[in-house]
Amino acid sequence: MDCISVDINHLKKGEVNLGTSIMAVQFEGGVVIGADSRTTTGSYIANRVTDKLTHVHDRIYCCRSGSAADTQAVADYVHYYLQTHTQSYGTPTVHDAACVFQKMCYENKDALSAGIIVAGWDKEVGPSVYNIPLGGGLFRQPWAIGGSGSTYVYGYCDATYREGWGREETVEFVKNTLALAMSRDGSSGGVIRMCVITEDSVERLFVPGDQLPRFWEGKEIIGAETGKQSVPAVVPMVVEA
Amino acid sequence: MVVENGGPILVAVVVHDRGIMYSYVFFPRLGLTRLEVARRWFSINSTLTMTSIGTGYDLSASTYSPDGRIFQVEYANKAVENSGTAIGLRVKDGVVLAVEKLVHSKLLVPGVNRRIHTVDKHIGLASAGLLADSRHLANRARDEAVNYRDLLHSPPTLKSVAERVGLYLQAYTLYSSVRPFGVSTILAGVDKTGPQLYVLEPSGVFFGYHGAAVGKGRQLAKTELEKLNLAELTTREAVMEAAKIIYLVHEDANEKEFELEMSWIGDETKGLHVPVPKDLLEEAERQAKAALENFD
Repeated sequence: MDCISVDINHLKKGEVNLGTSIMAVQFEGGVVIGADSRTTTGSYIANRVTDKLTHVHDRIYCCRSGSAADTQAVADYVHYYLQTHTQSYGTPTVHDAACVFQKMCYENKDALSAGIIVAGWDKEVGPSVYNIPLGGGLFRQPWAIGGSGSTYVYGYCDATYREGWGREETVEFVKNTLALAMSRDGSSGGVIRMCVITEDSVERLFVPGDQLPRFWEGKEIIGAETGKQSVPAVVPMVVEA
Repeated sequence: MVVENGGPILVAVVVHDRGIMYSYVFFPRLGLTRLEVARRWFSINSTLTMTSIGTGYDLSASTYSPDGRIFQVEYANKAVENSGTAIGLRVKDGVVLAVEKLVHSKLLVPGVNRRIHTVDKHIGLASAGLLADSRHLANRARDEAVNYRDLLHSPPTLKSVAERVGLYLQAYTLYSSVRPFGVSTILAGVDKTGPQLYVLEPSGVFFGYHGAAVGKGRQLAKTELEKLNLAELTTREAVMEAAKIIYLVHEDANEKEFELEMSWIGDETKGLHVPVPKDLLEEAERQAKAALENFD
């Protein structure tokens, strides 16, 4: 029986892929966003210091995953759109920006492979994070992870994330999560780039490839003991009866 | 033309392109002479006839008059002046719209031909002028509101709707094949920036106001609105004041019946544009009638 099949993950031959680990987490006064830096064409690393944290407005950034060409084009368009928006309606909210991303991603879902996380700070709601996965949905979340590397660290994030963190704890969380994802995912790696977006500033953070947080990698490499225990002891989740 | 005994002969009267009027006269002894009769003949003439009618500059919205006016737009404003008054009050916690709806026939069913429309959940539109035009404009405003919602997944701000409807109105002042809208429109609502009130004119310009009045009785209504401390009023108080103003500006001399139409948006309506409830409307009308007797 014939049926219509849509392969939205299909990359053309030689197309550059952001086989990626990206992340955004909101905290009390802002958001922390982060990404690895690897861009690949098949098994070849086309760029090992990519910047996947893309500016779309003064206090609104996006993390890009999927096709590099597609996500750059979409981000460029949204950047342009928000400039126009600013002229006629004033500074856009993170929600406004996320809606424009979502509309593009949904209406062109057959042509695009783009998984985007939009995050930032605005006057109306303060910090916020929006996830726009492959099909073009729009979800507001306290934290979001994306890209091929994210699949390895869902459990870690679920077990670790707590509400009410401050800036430093949130930065540590993002850094550790990305390091774990990068170590397991072959198409993620390189350095960690992070951004802390608050009302007052956008601050970029950089972790070089030889200073990534290290966890258990096998006795031969790191010794018998468990590696860096940067996270408090894991408490089992409370399960309702 | 020959004058006997060698007198001067008038050959021609010419108006020079700079507006200077000359006469060419042939004097037998001097020959052909040019005499200046009047300067700026054109402008003298124009001050006499350029009041508008008959010059041809009022036939199309796509032609300026020489002094830079577009008469079709001004006539559209005349259409507004013939209509019953509509007012809007922007107060502390909301906005109120009130309309003096003139009833042209005793056979008419009460409550029909509403002049207040709902544009979006939180936006109302009252207008003075041609009712058919205002309905069309309300529909356009709805489309614009829906369009904004589709794109940004949030309720449109009043300013964004006013801007878009203003652009639409303006487009009808550009072409010879259309006429400008014969309505002045009050756009009122509560958005994320608080209570808002805008007036859109046939030319397409719009301004934000604390209190607004359009239509026949707008002058008197405006002076009454200025007496109020709008920023301190509640919507409930504003409903009473609005009713008083509409009753005051209604001209009894023309003995036309009228219906008071009122709507509000505010904390009491949970941010929704709804007609003022029947009991409150009746109370407002009662107070308005009482105030009118004291006024006289």
